[in-house]
Amino acid sequence: MALKVVHYINQFFANIGGEEMAHYAPEIREGAIGPGLGLDRAFKGEAEIVATIICGDSYFNENINEAVAKILSLMKDIEADLFVAGPAFNAGRYGTACGTISKVVQDELKIPAVTGMYIENPGADMFKKEVYIIETANAATGMRKALPKLAALALKLARKEEILDPETEGYLVRGIRKNFFAEKVGAERAVEMLIKKLNDEEFKTEYPMPEFDRVEPGKAIKDLSKARIAVVTTGGIVPKGNPDRIESSSASKYGIYDINNVITLDDENYETTHGGYDPVYANENPNRVVPIDVLRDLEKEGVIGSIHPYFYSTTGNGTAVKSSKNFAEEIDNKLLEDGVQAVILTST
Amino acid sequence: MVKGIEAAGIPVVHICTIVPISKTVGANRIVPAIAIPYPLGNPNLDSKEEYKVRRTIVEKALNALQTEIDGQTIFE
Repeated sequence: MALKVVHYINQFFANIGGEEMAHYAPEIREGAIGPGLGLDRAFKGEAEIVATIICGDSYFNENINEAVAKILSLMKDIEADLFVAGPAFNAGRYGTACGTISKVVQDELKIPAVTGMYIENPGADMFKKEVYIIETANAATGMRKALPKLAALALKLARKEEILDPETEGYLVRGIRKNFFAEKVGAERAVEMLIKKLNDEEFKTEYPMPEFDRVEPGKAIKDLSKARIAVVTTGGIVPKGNPDRIESSSASKYGIYDINNVITLDDENYETTHGGYDPVYANENPNRVVPIDVLRDLEKEGVIGSIHPYFYSTTGNGTAVKSSKNFAEEIDNKLLEDGVQAVILTST
Repeated sequence: MVKGIEAAGIPVVHICTIVPISKTVGANRIVPAIAIPYPLGNPNLDSKEEYKVRRTIVEKALNALQTEIDGQTIFE
């Protein structure tokens, strides 16, 4: 008999809607839906999606506990053999949801779980140590390649077969070390590696150094009433018409906007260009993302020394880590030159 | 972004709704926001009440900037 699979997808892949439906609460439907159809085929009759759980990305992330409890209760009577979430590609909220629910299902229901996402998805860093995450492309165009890998690893997990190394199976490195017998002794391998290195050839370390990608907290501000504060946002707030044409996702640039004489970000002059959340509320009142109205009042009251006359804006969804780093570096230099003492950064 | 800016030594406070993501990307001072499409507001309130909500979050952020910390800290 085919193994019983429960598949988790978001409102978008369930064809319920885009950002305007991202608050959709969890529900269950019989059989495979959307990417589940392809996944089902990839199982080649060995397993079958008996139910699909759908949840809006914003709903999940804003109500993690409720969403998890509801999904667990929906799965109660199914007696699934396997749980697959996504793949989420580079969608941040979707990736976080896929990682969270996969971990809960494997830990609490003891059902093997696997998901898939792009390596820069924030859900990858959060869950790759605990959950098998198939590495995918950064966009849904990678679906066709991702599904067979997801299916293959899922079947192995369900059958408790030996899971080989990340490269062979296609999952993100979990940081687990396994002993095995190598054909050559360590000294020999090390010398080979060194020779390759000296010849500028490609070589592969056997012990990648962990990345400690942390930054020391900046020193606290002593006297706020004399400090200059700048605002930066990844929420995509721009002057109406988006003069710099900042992309609605995967941004390649950021904007610098003069707010010298601006006391509030009204809907006549500002809007959001972010494509990763329902823009209705931010367009109605852009202060909901970049709180210039409050900051001006605090400035007037003398609580803050001054508001930096420019705010910096980009869209944070799907934007490559490398781009973000470049933006931050450039913005940093400007802020330092302009004597900014602290930054409020808002994200959606 | 948060990390990149703080790398120069300027303290950054991150106002965001999905705190776990903020922690993963390495923000040090984190202030939880209201909701993804309206981090500093609430369309269900009248504009006066909503302003208060926004102001409270900004004040928390300013408080965070004035607080010395050793590592990642969430200012509820």
